[in-house]
Amino acid sequence: MTRFLRLVARDLRLALRQGSDATIAVMFFVLCVVLFPFGVGPEPNILARIAAGVIWVAALLASLLSLERLFQNDYEDGSLELLSLSTLPMEAVVLAKTLAHWLVTGVPLIVAAPLLAVLLNMDAEGFGVLVLTLSVGTPILSLIGSIGAALTLGARRGGVLLSLLILPLYIPVLIFGAGAIDAALNGLTPRPHLLLLGGLLAGALPLAPWAGAAALRQALE
Amino acid sequence: MPVFAGSELTCLRGDRLVFTGLDFRIGPGEALVLLGPNGSGKSSLLRVMAGLLKPFRGQLSWDGVPVPDDPDGHRAKIHYVGHLDAVKPVLSAVENLTFWANLGGAPDPRASALAALDRLGVPHIANVPGRYLSAGQKRRLNLARIIAAPATLWLLDEPTVALDRAAIALFEGMIAEHRAAGGMVALSTHTDIATPGARDLHLDDFTPYHDEHDEDDMHEEDAA
Repeated sequence: MTRFLRLVARDLRLALRQGSDATIAVMFFVLCVVLFPFGVGPEPNILARIAAGVIWVAALLASLLSLERLFQNDYEDGSLELLSLSTLPMEAVVLAKTLAHWLVTGVPLIVAAPLLAVLLNMDAEGFGVLVLTLSVGTPILSLIGSIGAALTLGARRGGVLLSLLILPLYIPVLIFGAGAIDAALNGLTPRPHLLLLGGLLAGALPLAPWAGAAALRQALE
Repeated sequence: MPVFAGSELTCLRGDRLVFTGLDFRIGPGEALVLLGPNGSGKSSLLRVMAGLLKPFRGQLSWDGVPVPDDPDGHRAKIHYVGHLDAVKPVLSAVENLTFWANLGGAPDPRASALAALDRLGVPHIANVPGRYLSAGQKRRLNLARIIAAPATLWLLDEPTVALDRAAIALFEGMIAEHRAAGGMVALSTHTDIATPGARDLHLDDFTPYHDEHDEDDMHEEDAA
């Protein structure tokens, strides 16, 4: 367990010193959302209507942005090889790196989301649910993404391939995430959507590291 | 005392047979030097020994217990040095090393990291970020990793690449010390590393076609 946390701490330290990943993801997220009022016009009702969906789609794309490098650097400098030879199981390596990725790119999105909701004229009732869905949803995005990142490791133009592989798998998260907010805004209970999101997280938590570890072993052969 | 052995190992890369019917045995304090021309499978054998590559046939064992029965035990016993140095550009040398020492289960990782850097003759680079290190310094850092945390078997793939003479001498001392303490070493090299009493393993003995005639036979088989 301590070695697991050491790896998370190392990845966080690397991300903070390099500094680019966290800021790029959140800047992309903000810019992506800000583009919509320019595109669809400043009509407050339309913006309020599409706010939930726009924020969620932007969150998907932002989390995808840095996924390509989740294992890439460690693979290229030989660290991944050494990690696979350590006594830490490969599944734990994947989980630790995914957790660090989420802390660096997912958490800033959750913090920035309410501000963007204000920008898009979303009803204040939706804010709580928006933050809640993103808190449950963004870890799922990182987990599913880790499988794609492991599978495309070493492939040329891996980033594009990764998007094609992973975006379809993000659809359920998008549906339930945006659905929960819409339900709350329309005076319905968001509970069923949130439960389904929770179910997705509970499923992805053991399955994604397992699949990711298998793909990494293949990449290292 | 433990004995690491491999029997009837066959390694296949793609559809090319790298070596076949290879046996080896490393006992406490022994060293095995892998020799052979480029492409004869030295790196492949070391990767097979490390467990990074699955042998196509044959098996590795510790005291007769097959490695696949106890993969965690195997990983705890080995240190592998490959072609890449695994140095993070934004971490300082001692931070890089402390992480690996920690993962290797050293009781006081930072102290062992500093001691290891000292042993490799580069205590002054401790706080230098990885991106400012020269190739030789990175290699010394990588070699410091294997003494920062204890392991029985060292698997070293061309460990002296980029090292200067002084560093090679230090490294020879490290190997001798490790062997004197009952450790084992398997290494491949093109330069001369003094390893008194080491056994040589000529990999081209196990390559299925090491002269032109045999190669022709192989092509004929392929065609058939």
